[in-house]
Amino acid sequence: MSDSTDEVRSYTLRLELVDEPGELLRALEPIANNGGNLLSIFHERGNVTPRGHIPVEVDLEATPERFEGIVDAVRDAGINVIQAGAERYSETLTVVLSGHLINTDLSDTLSRIQESTNATVTDLSLSAPEGTEDASSARIRLATEQGAADGVMETVRALAAEKDLRVIEPLAAGGDL
Amino acid sequence: MRLAVLGAGAVGSSVAELAAGYGHTVTAYADSQSAAVDPDGIDVAGAIDRKATDGIVGDATPEDALDGAYDVLVEATPTTLGDAQPGFGHVEAALERDRHVVLANKGPVAERYADVRALERESAGTVLFEATVGGAMPVLSTIDDFDPEHINAVRGVLNGTANFILSRMSAEGLGYEHVLAEAQDLGVAEADPTFDVDGTDAALKGVIVANVLSDDDSEYTLEDADVEGIEDIEGSALELAAEDGRTVRLIAEVADGEVRVGPRLVPENAPLAPTGTRNIVQLETEHAGRLNISGRGAGGPETASAVLADVGRLPDL
Repeated sequence: MSDSTDEVRSYTLRLELVDEPGELLRALEPIANNGGNLLSIFHERGNVTPRGHIPVEVDLEATPERFEGIVDAVRDAGINVIQAGAERYSETLTVVLSGHLINTDLSDTLSRIQESTNATVTDLSLSAPEGTEDASSARIRLATEQGAADGVMETVRALAAEKDLRVIEPLAAGGDL
Repeated sequence: MRLAVLGAGAVGSSVAELAAGYGHTVTAYADSQSAAVDPDGIDVAGAIDRKATDGIVGDATPEDALDGAYDVLVEATPTTLGDAQPGFGHVEAALERDRHVVLANKGPVAERYADVRALERESAGTVLFEATVGGAMPVLSTIDDFDPEHINAVRGVLNGTANFILSRMSAEGLGYEHVLAEAQDLGVAEADPTFDVDGTDAALKGVIVANVLSDDDSEYTLEDADVEGIEDIEGSALELAAEDGRTVRLIAEVADGEVRVGPRLVPENAPLAPTGTRNIVQLETEHAGRLNISGRGAGGPETASAVLADVGRLPDL
């Protein structure tokens, strides 16, 4: 269980580095020194930005408050921050659907969830104990943007109502309580 | 205090039996047809025996009980929806006489909260209703202690029958109908379990919590709640949840001015996934994180304990 007040989130920082020795270390130090937890570093050495710099993408975890401090510290170190923000898919959402899933075209259900929201289906598990003609259940994991989970749930509910399916929602959309 | 106990079911009879142990005197005890009334204290055991043998609790009428000598009216008649009668009328009669009221009956505070509060404002009496939410668990008094303004959300498992069915189905891989029949055999589910499995009972409790949280700003009734039950829930849905380290519980949630009740996916070992008939309520507090209160959410002596705790909180008249 996590405390809602200082929740750690994942963020992506896009930086531009001058092609000189020690530049990458200079960019990463302020992150570590300000309470960020480095997750991954994508150093595109072969790629060069229009200004002749090297783009670097850094994934990290921090509390929202610390993240602000991290961005300031990186900028203070003279590093060019192109983009600083929450990771694109930062919330996952698991729902279970029950009913005549196969007869109501499960793949249509899934593609409509993806089309009408910006969510992506990352996992699907189906259980049809009585055969595909009878009632079955599916567990679907969706990845979505921070704060978009409520909208995704609205879409899932509307689709389920249309196809006469039962939805078992996660406790609070977007959160694992 | 002198208590008039209306309702001679599991809760009413337990209140009458346990009252003396808390220093109170039962001066009236009534079911829907009859009453035992004595300003010096009735013979509780005699009245309960007579109910069992003759089907009446005494020779007086329920009206005599309402008009008799008491400080606190304990309303423990069955919960009714809509106009919440006859419970609401009993509350009204006691408050008009400037007496206190302690409710175990959910109807008046779930369906007519504003009316009850309006009557209370005109009366020297106070209305308390801890027993209506979560049986023995101190839910409403804790909300009151923390101050409703500093509680952001309340969610919980508030129906033991539904929780028993879901946790049995999950643990044993059994079907809904099978487990429901088993619950009825064990006395966990009533012969007519409709209100437990269709979410109505949990929703009434959610509505009462919403009324308390809104602090008289807006009134909620059962109609304002979004309610889905657990009838005919698929065993395959529970299996899929288990594969993912989750389970399904009937959760009542009061947040952002909404009351929602329905089966929800919760992590298997989360506080909100108790097993058996156990209830739990989780308060989302503004300054102190989450607070969990768990215990027995139903039963005669359990609910009577909450009623008697309320009696102990009442000011002298």
